[in-house]
Amino acid sequence: MTAVAEIMDYDEVLRRFDPVLGLEVHVELSTATKMFCGCANEFGAEPNTRVCPVCLGMPGALPVVNGSAVESAIRIGLALDCQVAEWCRFARKNYFYPDMPKNFQTSQYDEPIVFDGGLDVVLDDGETFRVGIERAHMEEDTGKSSHVGGASGRIHGAEHSLLDYNRAGVPLIEIVTKPITGAGERAPEIARAYVTALRDLLRSMGVSDVRMDQGSLRCDANVSLTPKGESGFGTRTETKNVNSFRSIERAVRFEMRRQASLLQNGSEIVQETRHFDESTGETSSGRRKEEAEDYRYFPEPDLVPIAPSREWVEQLRGTLPEMPWERRRRVQEQWGLSDEELRDLVNASALDLVAATVDAGASPSEARSWWVAYLSQRANERGVELAELSVTPGQVARVIELVGEGKLTHKLARQVIDGVLEDRGEPDEVIAADGIEVVSDDSSLQAAVDEALAAQPDAAEKIRGGKVQAAGAIVGAVMKATQGQADAKRVRELVLAACGQQ
Amino acid sequence: MSSTTSVPDGPGSTELTGLAASELAAKIAAGEVSAVEVTRAHLDRIEAIEPAVHAFLHVDREAALDAARRADEQRANGTPASPLAGVPLALKDVLTTTDMPTTCGSRMLEGWTPPYDSTVAARLRDAGVVILGKTNMDEFAMGSSTENSAFGPTRNPWDTDRIPGGSGGGSSAALAAFEAPLAIGTDTGGSIRQPAAVTGTVGVKPTYGGVSRYGLVAFSSSLDQAGPCGRTVLDAAMLHEVIAGHDVMDSTSVAAPVPKVTAAAREGAGGDLRGVRVGVVREFGGEGYQQGVRDSFRTAVDTLTSLGAEVVEVSCPHFEYALGAYYLIAPSECSSNLARFDAMRYGLRVGDDGTRSTEEVMSLTREQGFGPEVKRRIMLGTYALSSGYYDAYYGQAQKVRTLITRDFDAAFGQVDVLVSPTTPTTAFRIGERVDDPMAMYRADLCTIPSNLAGNASMSVPSGLSTEDGMPVGLQIMAPAMADDRLYRVGAAYEAARDAASEVPLLDRVPRLEVA
Repeated sequence: MTAVAEIMDYDEVLRRFDPVLGLEVHVELSTATKMFCGCANEFGAEPNTRVCPVCLGMPGALPVVNGSAVESAIRIGLALDCQVAEWCRFARKNYFYPDMPKNFQTSQYDEPIVFDGGLDVVLDDGETFRVGIERAHMEEDTGKSSHVGGASGRIHGAEHSLLDYNRAGVPLIEIVTKPITGAGERAPEIARAYVTALRDLLRSMGVSDVRMDQGSLRCDANVSLTPKGESGFGTRTETKNVNSFRSIERAVRFEMRRQASLLQNGSEIVQETRHFDESTGETSSGRRKEEAEDYRYFPEPDLVPIAPSREWVEQLRGTLPEMPWERRRRVQEQWGLSDEELRDLVNASALDLVAATVDAGASPSEARSWWVAYLSQRANERGVELAELSVTPGQVARVIELVGEGKLTHKLARQVIDGVLEDRGEPDEVIAADGIEVVSDDSSLQAAVDEALAAQPDAAEKIRGGKVQAAGAIVGAVMKATQGQADAKRVRELVLAACGQQ
Repeated sequence: MSSTTSVPDGPGSTELTGLAASELAAKIAAGEVSAVEVTRAHLDRIEAIEPAVHAFLHVDREAALDAARRADEQRANGTPASPLAGVPLALKDVLTTTDMPTTCGSRMLEGWTPPYDSTVAARLRDAGVVILGKTNMDEFAMGSSTENSAFGPTRNPWDTDRIPGGSGGGSSAALAAFEAPLAIGTDTGGSIRQPAAVTGTVGVKPTYGGVSRYGLVAFSSSLDQAGPCGRTVLDAAMLHEVIAGHDVMDSTSVAAPVPKVTAAAREGAGGDLRGVRVGVVREFGGEGYQQGVRDSFRTAVDTLTSLGAEVVEVSCPHFEYALGAYYLIAPSECSSNLARFDAMRYGLRVGDDGTRSTEEVMSLTREQGFGPEVKRRIMLGTYALSSGYYDAYYGQAQKVRTLITRDFDAAFGQVDVLVSPTTPTTAFRIGERVDDPMAMYRADLCTIPSNLAGNASMSVPSGLSTEDGMPVGLQIMAPAMADDRLYRVGAAYEAARDAASEVPLLDRVPRLEVA
């Protein structure tokens, strides 16, 4: 099973099988300190400088639960419409791995802090799909291994490995969906949309950086297929190393096709961990589950149970910000958007940017038009997320302001924005540097207008005869002649005046 | 100098080593003797008799004298750190110290000096207590004889062919050999009390959570408890107050005031136990107990009655299942706690010659670094936690634990304290039980229930067994956070027994011959 050519066509997969998904999302909380000790929770520090006896698992060291992490876990649960446990414990998940200092992970097992909820996910066409949430639990992150000397950067073939324990003990919330069934052909899209929605939710709550590229949001995708007309779930695989929203969709789609091909050939699906390769878009076999993994969970004796009082839970509920779906509804109403306009806005991941631009003084329609149309196109060209463009909502608002004041034409405004995107400074600096200026001086425009009227006598005659729509051709000629720097509105006025229409 | 506890012509090489900690503390506080003199006397004693006892794995003469000098300075400045300032102590080698290695009696940690102090060590230092060194123990506190130490056994000062108990045999032997007036032990199934019983010393397992476990290298987290050891009940009480109390670094430490144990010990020494209800545990002390132990226990009960206590028999029907439950829970937790010894970050590393994989180095290291008893328990625990066996073993054991706690609750509804022999036998001979783990495990038969329930428990000397002349211990058990009751009853019993036999038990310990 290597060549893509051998694997089943996607439509064929769907004719024969129903996909079942299960998504496990790990979220690193952005608490000031780690889960069980006072070390700083920081990304990107020098290796092994954010460590202490506790997160290094030194003999005799003991964990103490980070109250802020528990608070975040409960708030996440509430935002995901979950029940909050009256009483729960941590458990030890026992397995040997060098980047895990105690050789057990302090996690939760059969007593998660929150459980049984759901998240409404808006799909590309505006339809909503509810993804059930099985549970979310607290645990600690592991350290990081880097394998040196091998070709792939993976442990196989490496000469030696380096261990960095800065990440060991960083608070994690693992959010596990219920089996996602009935998704059909939209399964890959739902997987992407779910993780995106979760990212938006967690970001709006301020509990995590939710950066997939930095690993503060990580998704494992479980996929299985059930033959059409049958019930029950097939053998699943778990695909790891899926580092972007688009990859989630691709990985699920690939796994569906790969598994369908195997099943069609009468082969069995091996229950295993698989790795997604961004460059090929394929998954490859990782660790086989059968030979491993009796984690020998038992309640963590070094920690006392957590029993969140109902008063505390309600108090935390009161701290929840406006949820993304509530916000979308509000924005739609306030800005007077059609469902389609809202969908375009959301699909372009432009809502936050537009809102910030509006906050900076722009009108919603102008702001939306800039981000959803012009800037989205620029982002696509550059292969980056909209938010990663080097232009701020404040800068966009300034350009819109200048257009409104008649100091820039739309064409000039785009030149200014392009200058900002090229890191040439603030809009006003780009304008000054390039000498961009709207030509609205009547004397210099008048000559161009007269010239254009003379060049197109037919059009001039029509205008004089009352057909004012014919002015467009003359205005266009003037704009061309002035290389777009003219104020089109003023040009039109001059054209009409010259033809005795004003 | 009090004539009742000094050993002018006894085993101590100088008079200072024969004194109780409370007496040394008083003399140091009064300026009659300096902490440096006291410390030096004990260091000299250690140097002289260690070849015969082997109580210590590490002695730091200079660090001890430095600490003693600081205590003397503080006293001179009128700011003594605590009532025990300047008094020397032997620390079990399972508690981390930044200035001395912490080996847990294992090759795995040979030469490892921790980067942090255990809370117990920190509190001792803050109190001006002088840490002489680290005492020998069964590897990772697993054993009842100290024969499981990777660094050779410790010998019982009463008879150097016999074991000093375990796992804290180094601490108990150091006390009985007058090498230190105070010691710290840790007790998971009896590792403070059983060594105390077989060496004629006092050992207390405080209420679980009474003393911080931060820096106590874990054997079984839900059972481990550090506690004070001494030659007198009062000494243990004074030490108890130094080390006990809530610690934010240990989530399982109790956030409540420390019971007034020193006051209770002083009150008890008055010998009046009227109004105290004492329960004799029916299930302990019958068949299978050494005759001398049974005789001693009967005499002890009579003594308590004569002191005015109201003695009744109490049944704790589930105690007979305690040993079985313990040998599932403790190994289960140990299999997880000891997983961190993997050659990656500290301690032993075997076979890292550039040809072997990480996994091979890990397993070679664990193969060579752990002794047979540790391996036995890791395997037991790994099995008990395994998928498909968990409910039948670990799960059932936890249910037994609940039933034992209920037995205690019911008993303490009727009586203030419970009593039993501390151990079924006196100290056995070195080598006698090494090939019979089950016989070894039975040494903790009476002490284990208090670990499972988490309540407070003490062993206090109860004379010598008639048939072998070896010490016997009386176990006193009290409800959680009622540790003061142990000290009141223990001190009363100690005073009565010393009076009856005219000298403290330890004055009869033989003079150690050093080759």
